[in-house]
Amino acid sequence: MMSLFKYLKAYKLQAILAPLFKLLEAVFELFVPLVVASIIDDGINGGQGVSYVIWACVVLIVLGIIGLISAVSAQYFAAKAAVGFSKELRRDLFNKIQTFSYSQIDEMGTSSLITRMNSDVNQIQSGVNLILRLLMRSPFIVFGAMIMAFVVNVTAGSVIAITIAILSVVVFTIMITTIPLYKKVQNNLDNVTLSTRENLNGVRVIRAFCQEEQEIKNYENRVDNLTKSQKFVGGISSLMNPLTYAIINVAIIVLIYVGAIKVDVGVLKQGEVIALYNYASQILVELIKFANLIIIINKSFACGGRLKEILDTKPSLKSGDYVKNITHDYINFNDVSVKYSETADFALSNVTFSVKKGETVGIIGGTGSGKTTLINLLGHFYDVNLGEVLIDGVNVNAIGDEILREKFGIVPQKAVLFKGTIRDNLKWGKADATDEEIMSAVKIAQAEDVIKNKTNGLDEMVEEGGKNFSGGQKQRLTIARALVKKPEILIFDDSASALDYATDANLRIALKDLSYNPTVFIVSQRTSSIMHADKIIVLNEGHVVGIGNHSELLNNCEIYKEIYNSQFETGVA
Amino acid sequence: MAKPSQIKILKRILKQLKGYRLLLVASILLALISVAGSLIVPIFFGQIIDLIIGKGNVGFDLIIYKVFFIASVIAITAICQWLMNVINNAITYNVVKDVREEAFKKIQKLPLSYLDTKSTGDIVSRSVSDVDQFADGLLMGFTQLFSGVLTIIGTLVLMLVLNWIIALVVVVLTPISLFVAKFIATKTHALFKKTAKIRGEQTAFVDEMIGNLKVVQAFGHEDENVDRFNEINERYTKASLNSIFFSSLVNPSTRFVNAIVYAAVALSGAITLIYPNLLPIAFSVGGLSTLLSYANQYTKPFNEISGVVTELQNAIACAGRIYEIIDEPSESCDRENALTLINPEGEVEFNSVYFSYVSDKKLIENFNFKAKKGQRIAIVGPTGCGKTTLINLLMRFYDVNEGKICVDGNNINEITRKSLRSNYGMVLQDTWLKSGTVKENIAMGNPNATDEEIIAAAKAAHSHKFIMQMANGYDTFISEDGGNLSQGQKQLLCITRIMLTLPPMLILDEATSSIDTRTEQRIQRAFAKMMKGRTSFIVAHRLSTIKEADVILVMKDGNVIEQGNHDELIKKGGFYCNLYNSQFAH
Repeated sequence: MMSLFKYLKAYKLQAILAPLFKLLEAVFELFVPLVVASIIDDGINGGQGVSYVIWACVVLIVLGIIGLISAVSAQYFAAKAAVGFSKELRRDLFNKIQTFSYSQIDEMGTSSLITRMNSDVNQIQSGVNLILRLLMRSPFIVFGAMIMAFVVNVTAGSVIAITIAILSVVVFTIMITTIPLYKKVQNNLDNVTLSTRENLNGVRVIRAFCQEEQEIKNYENRVDNLTKSQKFVGGISSLMNPLTYAIINVAIIVLIYVGAIKVDVGVLKQGEVIALYNYASQILVELIKFANLIIIINKSFACGGRLKEILDTKPSLKSGDYVKNITHDYINFNDVSVKYSETADFALSNVTFSVKKGETVGIIGGTGSGKTTLINLLGHFYDVNLGEVLIDGVNVNAIGDEILREKFGIVPQKAVLFKGTIRDNLKWGKADATDEEIMSAVKIAQAEDVIKNKTNGLDEMVEEGGKNFSGGQKQRLTIARALVKKPEILIFDDSASALDYATDANLRIALKDLSYNPTVFIVSQRTSSIMHADKIIVLNEGHVVGIGNHSELLNNCEIYKEIYNSQFETGVA
Repeated sequence: MAKPSQIKILKRILKQLKGYRLLLVASILLALISVAGSLIVPIFFGQIIDLIIGKGNVGFDLIIYKVFFIASVIAITAICQWLMNVINNAITYNVVKDVREEAFKKIQKLPLSYLDTKSTGDIVSRSVSDVDQFADGLLMGFTQLFSGVLTIIGTLVLMLVLNWIIALVVVVLTPISLFVAKFIATKTHALFKKTAKIRGEQTAFVDEMIGNLKVVQAFGHEDENVDRFNEINERYTKASLNSIFFSSLVNPSTRFVNAIVYAAVALSGAITLIYPNLLPIAFSVGGLSTLLSYANQYTKPFNEISGVVTELQNAIACAGRIYEIIDEPSESCDRENALTLINPEGEVEFNSVYFSYVSDKKLIENFNFKAKKGQRIAIVGPTGCGKTTLINLLMRFYDVNEGKICVDGNNINEITRKSLRSNYGMVLQDTWLKSGTVKENIAMGNPNATDEEIIAAAKAAHSHKFIMQMANGYDTFISEDGGNLSQGQKQLLCITRIMLTLPPMLILDEATSSIDTRTEQRIQRAFAKMMKGRTSFIVAHRLSTIKEADVILVMKDGNVIEQGNHDELIKKGGFYCNLYNSQFAH
């Protein structure tokens, strides 16, 4: 949490001014009991008369006005600093999350990331706001009142000093016990979020399997856990107010009793006892505020921890030294092995092959054979465990990820479009693409009719997640998106599966004619999609079991033959 | 201040509280006691101060007696305060739990036509963050509204008793405080609303981009995202600065009013003490001290109440958003005396069925078709032709507009949904797994399945092998939406689910689209065995599957334009024939 305070740096001035003005306000507040004591001792008991009292009251109002001005300034600076703080924090979080690798996202969970960016940041924002406003003010009033009490009388001052010591112990004990508990509450809340999201996304399956009752039971368990943890921590937190109340009032009793003894021997006057009483009351009011502040700070700390988890996550991708190897090939895989976690089996083992510039490479293999993994290594989305991947003779981990990925046009397995116009979406590949460039990509992607069928053409709005497009339409638009970029390397990650055979075939023909002659990788389950490739890599359970063109493989690769036959024997016949 | 709609929601919340009547009464009683306690204490302090008159003139006997009395009042007050807090916590969190569960149960019953058109993020945010805000507001309402109002009333009464003139001064000045608070509250409401709207925009953006981070990274679109994010962030920051600053003005303003009240009390108190004969009131310095202490605490509840009012308004708005979901009409209930479908033969008949999602966009019109027991029906057609719609109707995710669908001659509207659905085995293209172990996911349709049965099903679906390769085999935990599994692996698990239950009718929507053909071929054998004697509806791209079907339904633009078996349709030379030729021309 403390390290998050660096986000206040840009708002140093505001962050200093806010508590400063709060202190100013507090100082003037501390004069009030003294003025009242003088009204009683000098004005009423001392016989100074009404005019003196009126003057004193004018002083009280002036103190109030100065207090108001200071407070408003303080509020402004505090709000400014807090809002600025959370702005920078949110920006950094978003930047950080964008650098996460695939496995890191899976680990943290999308819904948890979203809650953190939302409610946790807001919680911290109000925490910072209150800290700036009250964290200085409350202790200042408390200690100021103590010092004033010392000025009035030393014994009375020490009574207040002891009280403050006891109160600090109580407040900190409660704080320390509740911080981890609040964190637990947040985690339980995450679980509830997860349940809800999951049930919305899986509604068809849940209903098809009549799992509604079961899901409700699961949910009730999770909500139960949440409620229990909330009540538990709430019970401890709510000790704060009554305890401070009791301690302070007991202190007042002692104070008045000590005062009585001092008055009896003539050391103090009646009005001064009232002043002591007032100081003690001020401490009470301030402490109740402080206790509430502590609860909020507590929550903020818990949230801060959750945010730090994100900010402290080290990018899991390694980068290497730039060394240019001499090679005649464009892309080399040299004895590459990969696994996703320490305990898992290798997803790819000892993969070696090379590709020349402009070649079309087909990658085929069974479910879980490592096709997508192989493709993801090209763009350095994962690190290899053994071996190396070279592009133009340079290890991909030595090329900056941004520069590296600039070379690629990727059509992902799952066709995803974003909210905005079709044009916005297609410009993802090239921000300054002209309509001509876009339309030519659309044409190659066989998506012309998608655009034509929309009343607004390229300006048609795409809803969140591309909801208003069918699977096949989305697929073709994502292909166009990759093509707009005119990439050096074009990757189809099993992305033609939603296209019918005819469209798929037309697409392949159009790709052949591309003027910029990209190197193309086609991952597919269909032999028909890859059989015309210059080179076909056959994967089986993470191993390369065959490399060659279609006819070579039919002759010498048993698995390829099997795949081919499985599709064409019964298929075309 | 409150609009009629807000009052309606408020009433609703009160109704929700009914079950906690006893706790509420206890909470109010405890609030009464603790407020009374905290108000009495200053009076006794005042009385003690009156006993401390000057040197050698202190009434110690009475003081000691009063000290013990005060001490016990303080103890009781503190205990009551704590109990009240605990009870308030209990009420709030239980009510929130009730609301959450109610919302969740509702989600299980909402018609798909609702869920398909609403964004998931929105519903999640309603049932999670809105409920949370509602809880905060409710809790503040309980702890501070009651005691606040009671404190104000109590203080006024006691002031009147102590010195009605000073009390009158206070009463006259009070409206200023209220006026200021209200003025600020109305101004800030609009600001808060604006802030909330931008926050929604930001959440939607984050949801979309983080949810699809893989694509973002593949396209190196991070920088553009940052620009867009910063733009929204900037607007959000401005809006929240305004709303936070203006709402935080309440406190200093009311405190200033408080300072005036305080000065007025001091002045009028001092005057009555200096001219004791001016007014026929018995008054003392101790009394003045008590009144000043009251004046000090008097505006605090006003501050709190104005804070609570903002919170409550927010809470009511949030509650309103949740109730909107809860009040959505559910799927129509099962008919009274609805049939329970047990081991049906599996004869499915569409009888002049009309259906469309939106009334002005016609889709399925006068569709007639009869699937005999054990037949394989393939549904073919270009994307967006309405294949999924047929499944929606078969499973009763949507109800037909006109006509009827019968299973074994029974209109499915007269069969319980539960029994209808459990007699279908469904595998969708859009695979979905819940977070839980592999075993739990497979056993979804039959939670009582033994391990042997589960493994047998997995072997039949050819998923056993890769399951065993996972870290903990069948007990491996799968994270949100399948986590690290590949699309094909997810699909295999979904097929395993069906292999375990083997219901009499099957719906396979591109069930094997992401599985490699070799595995698929093996599964097909298992499928073929499974489909024997079971009426099956199959949506497929692969012609091998289609050709073996007993009946092929060719769909286009929502309608069935041709039906028959492969040979018949080829002979006919229509749409299907074209489709077939174009797909295998290469």
